[in-house]
Amino acid sequence: MSIGHTLLGLLEAGPRHGYDLKRAFDERFGHDRPLHYGQVYSTMSRLLKNGLVVVEGIEPGGGPERKRYAITDAGVTDVADWLATPEKPEPYLQSTLYTKVVLALMTGRGAAELLDTQRAEHLRLMRELTRRKKDGDLADQLICDHALFHLEADLRWLELTAARLDRLAEEVRR
Amino acid sequence: MNPRVWARDLALGARFAVTGGRSGVLRTLLTAAGVGFGVALLLLASSLPNMLFQREVRESARAPDASHRMIEEPGPGTFLHYTQYSSYRGAALSGLLLKPEGPGAAVPPGTDGVPAAGEMLVSPALGRLLGSPEGALLKERLPYEVVGTIGEPGLIGPNELRYVAHAPFLTTDNYDGRGLRYGWSVPEEPMNAFLLLLVVIAYVVLLLPVLVFIGTAARFGGEQRDRRLAALRLVGADNATTRRVAAGESLAGALLGLVVGAGLFLASRQFAGTVEIWDVNAFPSDVVPHTLLALLVLAVVPVSSVVVTLLALRGVAIEPLGVVRTSTPRRRRLWWRLLILAAGAALLVPAVGGIQVEDTGIDTFTIGAGTVLVLIGLTGLLPWLVEAAVKRLRGGPVSWQLAVRRLQLSSGTAARAVSGIVVAAAGAIALQMLFQAMEHTFTAETGHDTSRAQLQTSLDARDGADARRTIDRLAAVEGVTGVIGTVDSHVYRHGPLRPGEEFRPIAPFSVGDCASLREYAVLPSCADGDVFVVVPPKGATDAPDAPRIRETARPGALVTLRDPAETKGTVPEWRIPATARVVTARPDPVGLHRYGVLATPRAIGAAPLENPRSEVLVRLDPSLPDAPEVVRNAALEIDPTATVRGLSDTEQSSKFLSVRTGILVGSTLTMLLVAASLLVATLEQLRDRKRLLSSLVAFGTRRTTLGCSVLWQTAVPIALGLALAVAGGLGLGSVLLAMTGQRVHDWWVFLPVVGVGAALIAAVTLLSLPLLWRLMRADGLRTE
Amino acid sequence: MNTAPLLEATGLSKAYGPTAALSGADFALRAGEVVAVMGPSGSGKSTLLHCLAGIVRPDAGTLAYDGRDITALSDTARSALRRTDFGFVFQFGQLVPELSCVENVALPLRLNGEKRKAAEARALEWLARLEVDDTAAKRPGEISGGQGQRVAVARALVSSPRVIFADEPTGALDSLNGERVMRLLTDASRDTGAAVVLVTHEARVAAWSDREVVVRDGSVRSSEWAA
Repeated sequence: MSIGHTLLGLLEAGPRHGYDLKRAFDERFGHDRPLHYGQVYSTMSRLLKNGLVVVEGIEPGGGPERKRYAITDAGVTDVADWLATPEKPEPYLQSTLYTKVVLALMTGRGAAELLDTQRAEHLRLMRELTRRKKDGDLADQLICDHALFHLEADLRWLELTAARLDRLAEEVRR
Repeated sequence: MNPRVWARDLALGARFAVTGGRSGVLRTLLTAAGVGFGVALLLLASSLPNMLFQREVRESARAPDASHRMIEEPGPGTFLHYTQYSSYRGAALSGLLLKPEGPGAAVPPGTDGVPAAGEMLVSPALGRLLGSPEGALLKERLPYEVVGTIGEPGLIGPNELRYVAHAPFLTTDNYDGRGLRYGWSVPEEPMNAFLLLLVVIAYVVLLLPVLVFIGTAARFGGEQRDRRLAALRLVGADNATTRRVAAGESLAGALLGLVVGAGLFLASRQFAGTVEIWDVNAFPSDVVPHTLLALLVLAVVPVSSVVVTLLALRGVAIEPLGVVRTSTPRRRRLWWRLLILAAGAALLVPAVGGIQVEDTGIDTFTIGAGTVLVLIGLTGLLPWLVEAAVKRLRGGPVSWQLAVRRLQLSSGTAARAVSGIVVAAAGAIALQMLFQAMEHTFTAETGHDTSRAQLQTSLDARDGADARRTIDRLAAVEGVTGVIGTVDSHVYRHGPLRPGEEFRPIAPFSVGDCASLREYAVLPSCADGDVFVVVPPKGATDAPDAPRIRETARPGALVTLRDPAETKGTVPEWRIPATARVVTARPDPVGLHRYGVLATPRAIGAAPLENPRSEVLVRLDPSLPDAPEVVRNAALEIDPTATVRGLSDTEQSSKFLSVRTGILVGSTLTMLLVAASLLVATLEQLRDRKRLLSSLVAFGTRRTTLGCSVLWQTAVPIALGLALAVAGGLGLGSVLLAMTGQRVHDWWVFLPVVGVGAALIAAVTLLSLPLLWRLMRADGLRTE
Repeated sequence: MNTAPLLEATGLSKAYGPTAALSGADFALRAGEVVAVMGPSGSGKSTLLHCLAGIVRPDAGTLAYDGRDITALSDTARSALRRTDFGFVFQFGQLVPELSCVENVALPLRLNGEKRKAAEARALEWLARLEVDDTAAKRPGEISGGQGQRVAVARALVSSPRVIFADEPTGALDSLNGERVMRLLTDASRDTGAAVVLVTHEARVAAWSDREVVVRDGSVRSSEWAA
């Protein structure tokens, strides 16, 4: 789960304070595991170092939470690249995919292309598995079937998500 | 069998029939149309007896009557009457000539009063004819002025050509009788056997297809109806209830059909006057169904719709989840079908040769039952025949293969739809055979020889010279190429009456030129002045034998020209020359044999013959179509009470032709009904297979291939049905003919019926094609 | 290797009434390859297949087969093309219920004018190849769904088509039967060199293809050449 990219994506919509970022992250992506302030500091430092964010202003009081961060052009490019890059097909990919979809919507990009790209990647792997299954023995078939079913589940979930596009768009742009 | 439960279920079904969505209502309307059509035909058929009876009633109502006694003296209310029968261009013409003898003479029925001398009243049809250019010759023949119309009470049929004229020349010498009033009473006569048979067969032939139609309509699926029935089961109705509900739907259609049929009948009644079958041309008010038969129709149709529906649903399982047609057809058994056929034959065959056409008391029940069983047996044979025939079919192009396989899978449906055709066609063929035979019998008996003369007329004359002049006048009429004319009278035997004789024997006496005399007897030679004694050839049945003739007519014998017992004063005598030769008669153009004395004019000279008549046979120029009418006009001008008749009575055969046409039309209409149900079944089947058709199109199946397969699918059952109908109809017809003692004359009567069947095949196929083309668009493949 | 497309469509548009099923769809198919056409329902996948196969004439756009422009072909000519060059497999089989299976499979050959005996002999070979030769004399109503689909595949392959169009061929089947059908279909097409256009919404079925295209809202969104 790439926290850095997620925070970067949240910043693309507009500059935020540190505590703001954490709150936003927890709200949308934290689920049962809220982000530590420590993680926020370290991630933001790294991003600063790589030139993907700049500090715009500091609130009186000190502490990294009081800093206001803004995304740079490089950062925007980075987020774009990240969103456009398909994830390696693996089980339990939903959370990452979900994050990507939401961020894409928040940043005004279409989720359809994202889904299509991911599907192509999934299918590439599924083709390999199918070829293996055809020429393999029973054990191979069982393993490949298992993976294929899970991969298909991913894709079916992706389809469903795309179908819920409108409702998501409403919710996110609130 | 709880009547309340039945009533409730049927009522529910009836409600569905009317409110069950577009396809349900369509089906009900279709059933009603088909049933209504059949009911109308049935009612028309059952009106036949009354139509014929009313004719007789009307005839007798206008006949002059003298109260069953001879009126000797004229009185204030008496009148002389003479009925003139004639024809004009093939149409029968009749007229009542009247001469009232006092001011109070009775008014003829249908008129307001007796016309004045030289005037006549005409029927509407005659009035139209006289007023048109075609009636010009007729106007010459009737030298009376038209002053009014005869109303319905005085006519037999709307198209009748009839006139009532005041003829001043009527005397007690040339009249039919002296009358006081009009009208004989006519007791209701029982129908003659032949007519009865006709009506029974017509009934069966019409009723069965209607029942078959109802049965087929009961299976007009429609997914909506199937779903509705399944839904009924789902909510807990049991199998029996659901079937009764389905029967109720058919019942609604049948009841509606009764209403439609009655309406159609009443409407077509109005056109009864435009149709002439036999010579029956009826007023609409005469077209009334026989009460019993009409009640039979009203009762049988609804009841049978319920029964037939229940039977039709026997092979269908209505389950809560849907309606399932049982797919594996049971093998058809042949034996019970043949049994019905045999039972019918068993009822009919014993009656062979036992019925005369004049009988009124044939065992109608037996014959009717026998005919019904035979026809039902034939109909029942068809499904078995189709299955057996189709099973053996192999090979052929793709369209044939598709059709044959389809039939092999579901032969029952096709056969059922077509079985109505079997009945209609078989019945029509049997009836045609009956009428063919009758026609042959009637026309064979005339014995006329139209090559020698075409018209025959007999006119009164004052004396021999007058009669000769008449013959010459007729010979001079335009269009006459020759006449065979004799002046006919008779001579009495000379001498006193022998003991035991009540009347003096007479012999016919004819005077004519040699050319005419040669037509009547075989003359070795002839010259003006010769006399012959004619005897009939051996075996002739229409003349006395030679010895009897020779009592009066012998060469050298003396004869008197008047009856001595009736004559005061000198009795004119004449001697048959001793040189008169005895010759043998030959059949004259009318088929009769002359006998007695034949003399040339010089032989008889001016001897006063008693009541001479001109007997003239006329030869006409065939290139003048109106020659007969001109001759008639001339004859009637000479003697208004003359009769002129045509030889080889063509009117008779046109009557038969009209009946045969009527049968053909009736059976065609019935077969149309069946074809309609076949068409609907085919269309429904096509619609069911929409997806399949689209996929075949995807494969590149040609339109013609599928079109041909529809053709074969229609053609095979109908062809088999027709073959069965031809065999059965010819068989039934020959048995019926044998029953009335007649032979079969023409086995080819089935051709028109078969022609109609072939036309139906073409029609059903062609009408299915548009739907087929439409379904062959690939829209059927769309699943989203 | 000949990389010119066997079947190529550009700018296909087709509307049924007011709804546009296809609007400006492009597609290319090389000889021998298996292409999956995916997309949500209502996207126009089946319409695309119908247009490509010449079953339906598009409102706009061009279609080229084997180098020839077939967009404006007459109905009879397209029908003839389908008879000789194309094969079809549908989701619900659509076998003629009154013919036996071997007669069903022989049907495309007979439509092309072959004699019955020869056609049925070839049909029997294909039935054996697809492991359903025991259904030869039975009618479609008497066999299982899986067997029926394999008979349908045999029917599609019997006339040695160059392109097979399959519209959800495994849609009505369970996983095992579906897999069997896909395996046999792809193997047989590879052996005979037939290309396959496979419309499906299932990824595991699409996994049998060489590449996939996605149809969304009437146009084709992604199209890649296999690596």
